Amino acid sequence: MADISRNDIVKLARLARLELSEAEIDEYVLEMSEIIGYVDLLQSVDVTGLKPTNQVTGLTNVTRLDEVVDYGYDLAALRSNVPGMQDDHIKVRRMIG
Amino acid sequence: MQSQWPSICAIASAVQAGTTSASELVERALIAIAKKDEYKAIIATTETRARQRALTIDKQVSDGLAVGRLAGVPFIAKDNFLVFGADTTAASNILRGFSAPYQSVAIEKLEAEGAICVAKANLDAFAHGSSTENSDFMTTKNPHDSTRVPGGSSGGSAAAVMLDLAPFALGTDTGGSIRLPASYCGAVGYKPTYGLVSRSGVVAMASSTDVIGPLTRSVEDAAMVLDVMAGKDALDGTTIERESAGYTNLAGALPSKVGVIKEYMAEGIDPAVKGQIVAAIDALKARSVEVVEISLPSLSAALAAYYILCPAEVSSNLSRYDGQRFGHSDLEARTLDESYGRSRSTGFGREAKRRIMIGTYVLSSGYYDAYYVKAQTVRTKLIAEFNEAFQSVDFLLGPTAPNTAFKIGENIKDPLQMYLIDILTVAANLVGVPAISLPAGSANDMPVGLQIMAAQKNDRALLTFAKAYEELLA
Repeated sequence: MADISRNDIVKLARLARLELSEAEIDEYVLEMSEIIGYVDLLQSVDVTGLKPTNQVTGLTNVTRLDEVVDYGYDLAALRSNVPGMQDDHIKVRRMIG
Repeated sequence: MQSQWPSICAIASAVQAGTTSASELVERALIAIAKKDEYKAIIATTETRARQRALTIDKQVSDGLAVGRLAGVPFIAKDNFLVFGADTTAASNILRGFSAPYQSVAIEKLEAEGAICVAKANLDAFAHGSSTENSDFMTTKNPHDSTRVPGGSSGGSAAAVMLDLAPFALGTDTGGSIRLPASYCGAVGYKPTYGLVSRSGVVAMASSTDVIGPLTRSVEDAAMVLDVMAGKDALDGTTIERESAGYTNLAGALPSKVGVIKEYMAEGIDPAVKGQIVAAIDALKARSVEVVEISLPSLSAALAAYYILCPAEVSSNLSRYDGQRFGHSDLEARTLDESYGRSRSTGFGREAKRRIMIGTYVLSSGYYDAYYVKAQTVRTKLIAEFNEAFQSVDFLLGPTAPNTAFKIGENIKDPLQMYLIDILTVAANLVGVPAISLPAGSANDMPVGLQIMAAQKNDRALLTFAKAYEELLA
């Protein structure tokens, strides 16, 4: 079992923009301690001299021309999923409390 | 179970010849879907659009025009594919009511050949899970025993195929999500080489391992669907070139030598499952195929590496669900920050939140090197071991899952136990190699899956072997 505290969970939830209930916090303390405890077995694997792999098929620097391509997407359809539209803009709540 | 569907090739030929109609096929699928509703494989049908598309294809046939090689073939898409005609929810509350503004490239390619999407299949929300019990809506039941899970996360897709609702279904496989439900339901499940099929328009889970693939009743059908979807795509920068010979017209003999993965036949595997795999291997030996044992020592660390990398990427990919541009939004929030927190907390289910939390932990300052970088380095080690193995054999065999389908509710309270079910499937994702789950008899009165892996970009060879093996196992 890894040592994950209530404070750790509260801090992580804040970083991840999740509002957790008190009960959820208690559950995550236990569950994450167990899960992180399990993945800790990696610490015993010897990887001397090896580099991390981020891309498995060996692709590097996949680029495209910097030009506008019309994929035929319908603007109205794209906007139809926005929770709040006003004057052709996406409306969000105020940023400063 | 005798299927009501002939092979995909035969269906399309019959539609082109006018001996059956696309409309008739769509109705047959919709009737089957309604009749098997109690299995909860389907979230929604796309019936209005499907009927319209069927009429268009039937008109083309009656006008004497050539139609595609999947003409009139109904199929079911996992509900994390953007598809017109029904909402795209990824079985999550946060995407409930989301209407796809465009279709995924895979769907567009299938439609261009005349295939018709008739429904969206259930999944673990955002494809996080091994049983569909993490769906925010409902749990799909196994077609062979309705008290058991179908596997996950493409459980709705696998169940749909084995319930005979359509000739094929699409799934996604990030850590085993096509192969595991194929194994539990007795379907063929194909996970292609990483990058072979464009993921544009599919809800992202863990981008360094996500792939798209078919669930079918036969290798031939899986190969046909792959052939239509495979290839480079400008909308997905990770895509690779398709093999020049394509993936159909598979004819070939069994290989002279295969490897059995030692660690996949070790303790922890249900003896009844192991017995079926041994029998399948014996069938190869009887055909004079040399079978050698191959050890991949780092496999013991693969699952731990996966459950660091996957949540890390999940936490990043799910950060876009912020309640502002699309998806569920808490309209009572007073500030932007409050809106983020509340929308995400009420929109995400338990497992999505759990993975976001784990991912945030392993990526956070002070832990990034110890967890994330370490896991990516263990990945390098695993890749080296697979590469070495593929120097001596073309194919690696073992079970797909350590067990057969478990009871609904059996593992839901223990997330680590649920993760351990992916122990035999995650390696192919981390290494990026193609892998297939083939039906290999039954144990505990439930289907068993045989898993075969090949080196990257050897999809055609893998499908060719799988087809020959399928005939041998039948």
